[in-house]
Amino acid sequence: MGGTTIAVKNDTGPRGGANRKIRILVAKPGLDGHDRGALVLCRAFRDAGMEVIYAGLLPTPQQVAQMAIDEDVDVVALSLLNAAHMTAFPAVKHELEARGGSNILVVGGGIIPDEDRKKLESMGITGNYGPGTPLKTIIEHIETRVRNERWRTTSSGARVRRKP
Amino acid sequence: MKMNSKNTSNYYALKLKEIRRKKSESPRPSKSYEAWKKQVYSKFASMSPERKKEFRNTSGFVLKPVYTPEDIQDIQYEKDLGFPGSYPFTRGIYPTMHRGRLWTMRMFSGYGTPEDTNARLKYLLKHGETGLSIAFDMPTLYGYDADDARAMGEVGKCGVNVSTLDDMKTIFSDIPLRDISTSMTINAPAAVLMAMYVVVAEGQGVPLRYLRGTTQTDILKEYIAQKEWAFPPEAHMRIIRDMMSFSTREMPLWNYISISGYHIREAGANALQELAFTLADGFAYVDLGISAGLPVDSFAPRLSFFFDCGMNFFEEIAKFRAARKIWATVMKEKYHAKDPRSLLMRFHTQTSGVSLTWQQPLNNIIRTTIEALAAVIGGTQSLHTNSYDEAWALPTEKAARVALRTQQIIAEETGVPDVVDPLGGSYYLEWLTRELEIGAYEYFDKIERLGGVLDAIKTGFLQREIANTAYESQKELETGERKVVGVNSYVVKEKRPINILRIDEKAQRVQVEKLKRLKRTRDEQKVRRALEELRNAFLDPNGDTMPAIIESVRARATLGEIMNVGREVYGNWAEPPLL
Amino acid sequence: MVRMELQKDKYGGQTGRGVLTGEDLAEGVLKGDRLAISRTITVLEDNLQGSGSIYRRLSRKGGNAFVVGIAGPPGAGKSTLINCLIKEFRARNSKVGVVAVDPSSIITGGALMGDRVRMLEHSLDAGVFIRSMASRGNLGGVSTATRKTILVLDAAGYDVILVETVGVGQTELDVASLADMTIVVLMPQTGDDVQAMKAGLLEIGDVFVMNKAELEGADRAVLQLVLSVKERNGWKPPVLRMSAQRCAGVKELMEAIGKFRERITPEQMLKVRRGRARDELVQSLRSKMEELMEERLTGDGTLERFADLILAGRSDPEEASSKLLSRIFKVKSEN
Repeated sequence: MGGTTIAVKNDTGPRGGANRKIRILVAKPGLDGHDRGALVLCRAFRDAGMEVIYAGLLPTPQQVAQMAIDEDVDVVALSLLNAAHMTAFPAVKHELEARGGSNILVVGGGIIPDEDRKKLESMGITGNYGPGTPLKTIIEHIETRVRNERWRTTSSGARVRRKP
Repeated sequence: MKMNSKNTSNYYALKLKEIRRKKSESPRPSKSYEAWKKQVYSKFASMSPERKKEFRNTSGFVLKPVYTPEDIQDIQYEKDLGFPGSYPFTRGIYPTMHRGRLWTMRMFSGYGTPEDTNARLKYLLKHGETGLSIAFDMPTLYGYDADDARAMGEVGKCGVNVSTLDDMKTIFSDIPLRDISTSMTINAPAAVLMAMYVVVAEGQGVPLRYLRGTTQTDILKEYIAQKEWAFPPEAHMRIIRDMMSFSTREMPLWNYISISGYHIREAGANALQELAFTLADGFAYVDLGISAGLPVDSFAPRLSFFFDCGMNFFEEIAKFRAARKIWATVMKEKYHAKDPRSLLMRFHTQTSGVSLTWQQPLNNIIRTTIEALAAVIGGTQSLHTNSYDEAWALPTEKAARVALRTQQIIAEETGVPDVVDPLGGSYYLEWLTRELEIGAYEYFDKIERLGGVLDAIKTGFLQREIANTAYESQKELETGERKVVGVNSYVVKEKRPINILRIDEKAQRVQVEKLKRLKRTRDEQKVRRALEELRNAFLDPNGDTMPAIIESVRARATLGEIMNVGREVYGNWAEPPLL
Repeated sequence: MVRMELQKDKYGGQTGRGVLTGEDLAEGVLKGDRLAISRTITVLEDNLQGSGSIYRRLSRKGGNAFVVGIAGPPGAGKSTLINCLIKEFRARNSKVGVVAVDPSSIITGGALMGDRVRMLEHSLDAGVFIRSMASRGNLGGVSTATRKTILVLDAAGYDVILVETVGVGQTELDVASLADMTIVVLMPQTGDDVQAMKAGLLEIGDVFVMNKAELEGADRAVLQLVLSVKERNGWKPPVLRMSAQRCAGVKELMEAIGKFRERITPEQMLKVRRGRARDELVQSLRSKMEELMEERLTGDGTLERFADLILAGRSDPEEASSKLLSRIFKVKSEN
């Protein structure tokens, strides 16, 4: 694929350089009102310097995907405790792709058995942390993925080409 | 509809003043504690420092090193504690408590299709259980049919799916409703499920007055904590009002509401918040009954409560004691209840789910044991103990048995149930009980000032209080200020023992198929007529919705169809900003 | 110097173009393509490469949307009210854009944006585009970013653009200066009326909404407000009661918006828009000058040298800055 990439002009912009903020959408894409974890994560992400958009309760996977695209977020963080993750998480991913948001990262959390984790990871849905995971672990995972897959940093100033 | 009038707002404020005055007017403490603290304690502690700079419980109370008679000088035995079975019931609602009858050991079940659950219930009945407790799946809890797009992947997952009257019939097929009591954990669509139960009972030829059981029905805690609603708060409250009237009239043995602190606590509240918000909800339902024109004594005796029990042993026991006392006091003083049964706070307890860890899961047996012990000492009427594997899994048979055995060991081997309120009189416990009481009245006062529970929900005050506590508590865990064994201390390397009970998508297929069949065979015109009547009932704020709901169920309208009429009439509800 | 690059964006499979260029983006926006709109807002907001040309391309296309600012203290129910307005405008076949601004934390720079929660039902409506924006704390930055976002939505064909701001004083006033009209939302019982006066909200409101009018104290608060609201340019801002939770009173609000809009004469509109254009120009100049200052004076020790001169008493800040200014402008801008 060709074409020009859109790059940061310099690092003085409000989101340039060290000031760059991760934009993240936190959503529970299903019939699950247990929002304790999601609300704690929202605050933790904010305190980690991210710009957090909370989708509220009971959005459908379609709504989550469209919100993520409209908000141009770096990451969608999904949380479900109702054992529907194998349906709902891939549905969000699928909807993102169908709407042109395949480059938006998807991370998940909930009560997720290892074999489900593997399947989710193979679809590009990573993290999949369970209750009791330190916030730090989750935040670092997101930061690393965003840095490696959404943003590219080099010290040379040379344009980095990445395979899509 | 206004649930709480602001004019009564000063009851709680006045009460608060009264307790505080009593506290400050009680004879000044002798100097002995201060002297001890200065001369003995401080000297010792400066040489051998304490483990923490400050000791706090979950409610944020700073704890002294020791409690003495001075701390409870304002507490008068007969007035504030009373004997078991006497006002204000701080020590217990019955004179004999567990010496007479042990608490009910109630466990929770339900999954997959109605057929699966029917088989499970019959198994439990064969093994001596007489109280059934049914869990529903998420689509049912939200009031969607199995074939709704929103139900995708969720049918039968966290409980049994009920979309139709036939599903309810299947669950109870060959189970005589006259002889059992059924507890249904259902809230937003509680009226519909109760209507289904009523119609199933009619089919079995059981008169309604014999039906025993509980629907949880507590929608307020849904807005506050569990967030499973279908309509805006006023709409749900109005339907609950009709359930109250109907049950009071027709089903005198039915506990149509179980006012729940469990979900509030699990959502992150501390013990004080659980106590205060749950009781505030309770009073809101009393206001609701009164607004329906029911005399308080005609319905209050059927109100029951459902609490959590966490790990802070004394705080939990104090919470139960304070709850009983506050309920009795307010019912008597504010609502002028005359029937002694209206003053009795009956409650079910479940040990804390959030206290369980997936790490070193056997440790959860110890946690559950300590929590269960606190609940028993706290005077619970029934108890559910969690299984040690529940942090990662639906419980295995073995784990569920250990959970039940935990209760049986406490009952049979410890001697704890042999004396009523065995820790009553402990300086610490009595101090804690009173502090929790004061804290609760402070919250009641604040909630009244906001316009009552509904307004406190609509402005997000209660939800934010809980979210704040949850976040603080998580931070304490991360910084190590709060220790959890196996999580941030005494950690061992281990694999995550995840083992979820897999409910295959068969349940969804079967349920969708059944719905299709139903819609082919039923009398569509009858359904439409019934739903039209229901719409009219919903639209008329003074009408009674229960007959129309029951008629819709009889006409074989589905759960989703009935709830959708409500959604169309009442609209959606979006939460106030919580962040 | 650290250089950053956004990962290539796939541009909707149907086009098969794969990766976006600045022109792609601008063209996409003009066609109303959501993906392009969304991405363009980021590019402009973050001042990413290509932003200049996109901005130039789009700014010649805008000017058709009616921009309504929604101001008021937190908790007054602004998002809920916007949700009602979206419904009404959609029923009239207008396309609606929403820009919801939330404050950034001063300490961490992070932000929590929960305004969408209230507008969930509109998220799949092709005629509604909602964008959350963190204030990012930089003075004047909110209005710059907001203005650019308005421009994108305007160029993309959104007829009405609702801009929600939090009650943090200056931001509100800034945003009000971008809007064709401003609705101030208040609620009784919280002393909002007093707050409103303090925050200067009284001066910016073209319509006042007392939300949660069912609460106690609403009558008094409305009365207070009616007494304090002053006529401006022949328009006496009406004070309306609403219960946005049920959208009760929204018809009256729509009427008031309609009336206000009708009575804006072309001259007034021109005046407002000229003011806005002038504002944009000043903003743009200011940021270019800052950029120039950054480029020419920092990094090579110039500022430090002049500072030393000042310290040594051989110059003073006034004289030094005049010298530096002439030095900046001697160098021709590359843009």
